[in-house]
Amino acid sequence: MSIAVRHVTKTFGKFVALDDVSVSIPSGGLTALLGPSGGGKSTLLRVIAGLETADSGQVEIDGVDATDHPARRRNVGFVFQHYAAFKHLSVRRNVSFGLEIRKRPKPEIAQRVDELLALVHLEQFADRLPAQLSGGQRQRMALARALAVEPAVLLLDEPFGALDAKVRKELREWLRRLHDEVHVTTIFVTHDQEEALEIADEIVVVNNGRVEQVGTPDQLYDEPATDFVMRFLGPVTQLGDELVRPHDLELHAADPGGGASGQVERVTRVGFEVRIELSVGEQRVQVTMTRTQAQALEVRTADRWWVRPAPGAPTVRVDGRPPETLVPAGS
Amino acid sequence: MAERAVAGRRSRVRHLLRGIAIVYVGLLVVWPVAMVARHTFADGFDAMGRALSDPLVTRSLWLTAQVAFGAVVINTIFGVGISLLLVRYEFPGRRALSALIDLPLSVSPVVVGLALILVYGADGWFGPVLGATGFEVIFAMPGMVMATAFVALPLVIREVVPVLYEIGDEQEQAARSLGANAVQVFRRITLPAIRWAVVYGVVLSLARSLGEFGAVKVVSGNVVGSTQTATLVVEQRYQDFEQDIAYATSFLLALAAIVCLVVVSLIRPKEGATR
Amino acid sequence: MTAPGITVPANRLTTGSRLGLGIATLWFSLLVLLPLVAVVVETSRGGWPAFWQTFTDEQTFAAIRLTLLEALLVTAVNVVIGTLIAWVLVRDDFPGKRVLEVVIDVPFALPTIVAGLVLLSLYGPQSPIGVDVANTRIAVFLAFLFVTLPFVVRTVQPVLAELDTESEQAAASLGASGPVIFRRIVLPSLLPAIVAGAAMSFARAVSEYGSLVLLSGNLPMRTEVTSVRMLSYIENGNLSAAAAVASVLLVAALLVIVALEVLQRKVARRG
Repeated sequence: MSIAVRHVTKTFGKFVALDDVSVSIPSGGLTALLGPSGGGKSTLLRVIAGLETADSGQVEIDGVDATDHPARRRNVGFVFQHYAAFKHLSVRRNVSFGLEIRKRPKPEIAQRVDELLALVHLEQFADRLPAQLSGGQRQRMALARALAVEPAVLLLDEPFGALDAKVRKELREWLRRLHDEVHVTTIFVTHDQEEALEIADEIVVVNNGRVEQVGTPDQLYDEPATDFVMRFLGPVTQLGDELVRPHDLELHAADPGGGASGQVERVTRVGFEVRIELSVGEQRVQVTMTRTQAQALEVRTADRWWVRPAPGAPTVRVDGRPPETLVPAGS
Repeated sequence: MAERAVAGRRSRVRHLLRGIAIVYVGLLVVWPVAMVARHTFADGFDAMGRALSDPLVTRSLWLTAQVAFGAVVINTIFGVGISLLLVRYEFPGRRALSALIDLPLSVSPVVVGLALILVYGADGWFGPVLGATGFEVIFAMPGMVMATAFVALPLVIREVVPVLYEIGDEQEQAARSLGANAVQVFRRITLPAIRWAVVYGVVLSLARSLGEFGAVKVVSGNVVGSTQTATLVVEQRYQDFEQDIAYATSFLLALAAIVCLVVVSLIRPKEGATR
Repeated sequence: MTAPGITVPANRLTTGSRLGLGIATLWFSLLVLLPLVAVVVETSRGGWPAFWQTFTDEQTFAAIRLTLLEALLVTAVNVVIGTLIAWVLVRDDFPGKRVLEVVIDVPFALPTIVAGLVLLSLYGPQSPIGVDVANTRIAVFLAFLFVTLPFVVRTVQPVLAELDTESEQAAASLGASGPVIFRRIVLPSLLPAIVAGAAMSFARAVSEYGSLVLLSGNLPMRTEVTSVRMLSYIENGNLSAAAAVASVLLVAALLVIVALEVLQRKVARRG
């Protein structure tokens, strides 16, 4: 079940949440909407779900124009950051809710609920109330509830945002495995780039109501389209008017061409990594390398070195122009 | 577009509900109250003038004010005290006391009057004792103040208790650790924090106390000129076919009540805003 | 009246507060407890025969039956209309909503005798719209409706305001329509508040006196309510009969309070 969003704009009063956003999400994949808070990703998700209506534009679900359909007609499963559990219903009744209002026969409901509870490993909590579950368990229940009605798409709005770090990591991996088992088109919103990079098949980077880039984690990391994407997905440092990854910078004793000269201000060792801070003209440039490399070069404070990006390393112009490498590959 | 149809359906329901609420409240409260104003001022300020120049009426208004004032003062002092005890301390019977505090709201005013007579009346439990000391409770001011205090008792407490729970006692603990004694802590830390809750409670108590009828009727003996409050005047004058005076006095009482409500509404920050 | 589910570290009593508690308890006993106990004691003065006689008295029986019946009817109406009004106050917005808020509280603050006069002026003999229910059963119903208006509204309103709309959105995403969402998701959360409001509304109606004096005519066997009957017992010096009726009402009020306490604790557990 693929999703197509075309030229969607959404404003709240004067605030433009989505500005002419178009994106196409393939069927069966696990897609992340990644971006900073307030950037529009949750709004986009809710527009897809039908919980918000766009001011203009279309939303197509599996080829059908669903723009005018309210949430309950879109057959989407939605999971909220704060679980939105039905507090007065047991876990079992929460999960069966969607099936009950569709008036499915009782035995069918019971069987499906048991299947789902087994899938999310909440069988022994079936008759408890949500208040008696932990945050992680509640979120698993919410997922089971959303999956019960066999939605075309599963939408998750910062599903692990309310959980602590360890649980977040566990559930993140668990979601990936679940997706591999169930194969429902899944879109989840997150501001955590590590989370997106780790489990998503494809990432849509959303910032200031616009789509910055769409691609696989590798593509986004290795071929960032804009300086925002580069900054957001990993560490960056600025050399001249280009952004480059600190671990992509090389130090040379003599001018290798295409580099700049600088003085080492600080050398910090963090575990197996060594971080070297150089002043290049007015700029502070960060270079990271392994301990072994640093020892081999004998980097010390106050030394002068030439620094340049490794051949073929991705760089982005600070003003956001398309990527170009400072030094052509192969030199 | 179907989208607009869905939104239209939703807003039609909303308008319907809004309409029902407004019409219901309008027919039940607004229009009738407006009618009282209309009756009062049917002949301009004549009715009001006649009421206010009747010494018995003005006496009753003054009496009502005195009784209400006494009741409110008592209820405020004890109300704040009991609130603090209920929230900040633990003692056997605390839950029971807390539940019993609400009792006066569910008791018929006639029962209140009866109960007070049975204890403080001439034939009551304390009758002989009071008779010996010459201190009259029933058919006198003290009884009326007690009856009024009874019915309005929970009002200050119900406003203050939730606020005390909400603010917690950390600030008070901090003050104590800095050397403040109980009185200082109360005056400098607790009281400012519950200030507005106390005000709301006082204003609501005042409205309730000004309006008490049944309990005071039983306890006061309704003696014209000495123990007849404004509410009792309304009853008597209406039954004596002096309707204009009854309406005028009613109008004054209603005005006082509405002013109290408006004051509370204005100084209270907006709570429970629409989503 | 407890704060639901909030636990605040409570201290043990110091000498100062012990004194304060003593004074407060003394005053509360003198003002409320002792007098109410006296009512119950007075009831037993004539023994069971006198007690029974009071309730089998035709007029008294009629008064109690009328009061209970009308109070139940009014409570049923309040449950529906009170929830509706609370919904409008919380979920809707329009110019003049603030006015509606204040008006809701008017029956609470208005002297009951004035309430009677107020209703009389629109629904009595001089009614401009020709509706005259004075001295009829409908007057009793109307008076009860007036004085109990705020109760369900004010208990439901804060709960509704605190309600997490995400559950409603979740239900919508699962395919539920507006009415279904209200019935299955919103209403269960409001039920404790509605019940509390209904209990208070019932207790208030049963105790009502002032508004009926002018409006219902207090006709024995027809429009006389319990409070009026009690008053005539008092005025005739038959305090034990009055006390008998009062005791029954007091027990009912106590039951209501206990039930509310239990309900509140049950809800607090649900979280």
